[in-house]
Amino acid sequence: MSQTHTPIHGEEETTSTGLNHRKMLMWAFLGSDCMFFGALIATYLVYQGKSLVGPYPIDVFDIPVTSVSTFVLLMSSMSMVLAYAALTKGNMKVFRIWMASTAIMGATFIGFQIYEFSSFSNHHVHIDCMNQSHELTAYEQELYDSGCKDGVDHIDSDSGLKPKTNLFGTTFYTLTGIHGAHVSLGVIWLLSILLLSFKKGVITPEKNLDVDLAALYWHFVDIVWIVIFTVIYLFGVFPGF
Amino acid sequence: MDQENVHTGHPTSGDYFKIAIVLVIITLIEVGIFYIEQLGRWMIPILLVLSSGKFALVVMYYMHLKFDNKIFTYMFIAGLVLAISVIMALITLFEFWG
Repeated sequence: MSQTHTPIHGEEETTSTGLNHRKMLMWAFLGSDCMFFGALIATYLVYQGKSLVGPYPIDVFDIPVTSVSTFVLLMSSMSMVLAYAALTKGNMKVFRIWMASTAIMGATFIGFQIYEFSSFSNHHVHIDCMNQSHELTAYEQELYDSGCKDGVDHIDSDSGLKPKTNLFGTTFYTLTGIHGAHVSLGVIWLLSILLLSFKKGVITPEKNLDVDLAALYWHFVDIVWIVIFTVIYLFGVFPGF
Repeated sequence: MDQENVHTGHPTSGDYFKIAIVLVIITLIEVGIFYIEQLGRWMIPILLVLSSGKFALVVMYYMHLKFDNKIFTYMFIAGLVLAISVIMALITLFEFWG
């Protein structure tokens, strides 16, 4: 097999497999990172619904906002693959434009995550004890039952969701925080490559393996988010899950 | 597929755009389905299938696994299968003995 295969990326290799060792290492790393995120997702799922106190996912998740950040990350994957395609065609100017846009979209995703974490940790609940305009969530009902006594006309709670609040907070922040750390590392990596591309002879259409490896990593953080968005966010707010 | 992928076996920039559009459409469908309460528990398998489709598109085309050496595919799939096995095993363990 190795004798007949022509590597698509980079130069011909003289290794025993005919494949570049760095690329092999990257795929081995991505496979192991799958297991790492698998363990974190599994931990979140087994503790789902086992928190003793609120807030719960339905209280804090804002699906429209997370959908926009998911869209941004998906588009960053597209711009990354277009950057690589431009590089292999020798179009350095277009390559740099796509690389910069990928890094900007990655940073935007991080911005969304910071906003989300801040919003969750400062989650405010206002309950009118006299007149309920909407159906209470389980968390709001807990607050209502414990706080709405004779003579109390409303309750305000600013306890929010923090990593120590409950099992949901611990598992959610651990999983999404580690994913955010991966994205942050990716943004730094992409910006480093962008800067290096201005140095003569470092990033060229022939020497494209560094970009190829960064692209693989970037797409990986994207596919991990695809899973997190569905399993954590969409399923998290679904009452039957 | 035009001249550029005759030489490399890779999709063209246009193909990458089309894949991005498909990814966005699937995401919109996911969010739309999420708001259809009548689907009930059917929502879970539907969302899993749609999410798997997005996952496969990115891995096959953007990460080029469809066009690259099969050894890379085996390395990645091995990790993925182990990850899914760990998730299923832990859920089963906690469901019946937790």
